[in-house]
Amino acid sequence: MSSESKFGEYGGQYVPEALMPAIEELTDAYERYVLDNEDGFMDEFRQRLRDFGGRPTPLQRADRLSERYDREVYLKREDLLHGGAHKLNNALGQVLLAKYMGKERIVAETGAGQHGTATAMACAHLDVDCEIYMGRTDINRQRPNVFRMRIHDAEVNPVDIGSGTLKEAINETMRDWATNVEDTHYVIGSVVGPHPFPRMVRDFQSVISEEARDQIRAKAGRLPDSVVACAGGGSNTMGAFHEFVGDGDVDLVAVEAGGSGLAIDEEEELAPHSASLSTGDDGVLHGARTKLLQSRDGQILESHSVSAGLDYSGVGPELAHLADEGRVTPVNVGDDAALEAFHRLSKTEGIIPALESSHALAYLEEHPDELGDLVVVNVSGRGDKDLDTVIEESARRNLDAAPTMEVFDGEQ
Amino acid sequence: MSSDGAGGADESATESDVEAAFADGPALLSYVVAGDPDAESTAEYVRALARGGADVIELGLPFSEPIAEGPTIQQAIRRALDAGMTPDRYFDLAAELSEEVDVPLVCMTYYNLIYQYGSEEGPEPFVAAAAEAGISGLIVPDLPVDESAPLKAACEDHGLDLVFIVAPTTTDERLGRMLDRASGFVYVQGRLGTTGARSDVSSETHGSLDRLAETDLPKAVGFGISEREHAREIVAGGADGVVVGSEFVDIVASGENVADRLEAKARELKQGALDGATEVPEPEGK
Repeated sequence: MSSESKFGEYGGQYVPEALMPAIEELTDAYERYVLDNEDGFMDEFRQRLRDFGGRPTPLQRADRLSERYDREVYLKREDLLHGGAHKLNNALGQVLLAKYMGKERIVAETGAGQHGTATAMACAHLDVDCEIYMGRTDINRQRPNVFRMRIHDAEVNPVDIGSGTLKEAINETMRDWATNVEDTHYVIGSVVGPHPFPRMVRDFQSVISEEARDQIRAKAGRLPDSVVACAGGGSNTMGAFHEFVGDGDVDLVAVEAGGSGLAIDEEEELAPHSASLSTGDDGVLHGARTKLLQSRDGQILESHSVSAGLDYSGVGPELAHLADEGRVTPVNVGDDAALEAFHRLSKTEGIIPALESSHALAYLEEHPDELGDLVVVNVSGRGDKDLDTVIEESARRNLDAAPTMEVFDGEQ
Repeated sequence: MSSDGAGGADESATESDVEAAFADGPALLSYVVAGDPDAESTAEYVRALARGGADVIELGLPFSEPIAEGPTIQQAIRRALDAGMTPDRYFDLAAELSEEVDVPLVCMTYYNLIYQYGSEEGPEPFVAAAAEAGISGLIVPDLPVDESAPLKAACEDHGLDLVFIVAPTTTDERLGRMLDRASGFVYVQGRLGTTGARSDVSSETHGSLDRLAETDLPKAVGFGISEREHAREIVAGGADGVVVGSEFVDIVASGENVADRLEAKARELKQGALDGATEVPEPEGK
């Protein structure tokens, strides 16, 4: 088991002893139900992804982007999955697995709220109790998703410690899990955490690349030159890449949040970005060895991104490994470029992308020539949840691309 | 006390400083966060705990993501980090204290700090620095036995104990593997969850102690102990010691008459443990 728990040097199981039996139990369940389809688990999962989730999602040719960049650009439309983001693939898989394991209660953390929403939705669908931990900062910038979680009957617990973002929410969820481990499953929201989470979440998300691979062949007659996906923790990234990893001619480009710059403020223990894959150092956080934003002493730095969903100081261990191997190319774009890309796609294609996905689209704008003639961009989710942030941040930056909203802004 | 017991002359009878602390009856293991609220105060508090009868002092090296800790210790860690505690300053403090205080010091911290320390990759530089500073052992709550081989090897090279935490959920198979690698003492997690003072002793504690009855290493119970009566009950139930953290950290946080109150609290808890040792243990046959 130990060899499978790692991706090269990355991964592993660095958690308190109280959680280890639960992790061993989960590993066993993952191998039996997910890998071996025991009791038809995967059949039921795929059936629910179709009937409840709305899979397959389309692979759409983006006509105006193709014209703009003078190449074929296709969008994998995970924003059209039920709930509005790829997160449901994983949440549905894990909540169903928890039911097969006889667990009665689900806890989960959320940053942007999409994972929390997907988990609350899956729990309502499958009739399981659900509690979500969310940082106070993220609650304030993602209120629509908080209401959606509550509407699905989930408890939402605010986390006030630290910067009140995803990192703190993960810590708090791990503490809850360690207290209630006997009847509770922790639905980790990305390809992070101790083994088997990075592998299992990737497997649930790899339906994205499985479909995209078939769809691009059917539509374009060949595999793409590149697949582009944004990377925070990395679940949509690994989902979009996994089935292409063996296709050596397909470039896999992971776009991280460059925030407001890459320089780190060691005094304040703050990184003004979330580019852990391209700039982080090897370390151990939240159960796995991976690339982290950390000080020279090993304290974890607060990260930053205009996108709450990318605002995390670590990254999945498999991505760290694939980047070291040269199979995945980590790049990054800044907050401004992401906001501009948000407006561009909304205007030119009639699709409002999540701010996360906007990073992938911004890279396409900045470096189209590096992506070849046939490009697939993963639109990991829709941007409705980000409207408040986008309007506020666009106005603050006087973004030319943004519509003017002041006259509608509730003035008496 | 420096840990010069490492590789001592009579290997056959090797008993570490930490294990020796249990030799004269039930032990009180106390925990404070180094640098909370500053290094000078910590030194004063450690001396007070030793005066009050603490037999081992766990000196927490603060890490920004303490996932095994409850709110009391999380806040203390935040205070210490804000006040500028770093691994190097920690080792300076430990070196000073190990000269002054005749009680073994154990470093409790998280693996990333150990892994990250020094210029070369892996745990060796940290362990070497800890040994140099007179630290006698390590407790690493996010390092289960499965991932502990590199750290264990470094600890053996430098004569430090590596203490493992046994949880109520630990299976017999895992317990066997932990006992193969453990040294110093076995840290029995008295209940599921995180650290923090509680008002009672969990029934899970007794089950864990029963499972460890045959173990040669001393057994100390932690997580939730705050009162003399808890200490008495736990020692009467078969433990060789009690670990108290959040209760002491709460006193530190209050900022009022801290050293005296720490000393008094240590004395009270130590007395509880001694009281427990004089009782004839009841065979808790279910």
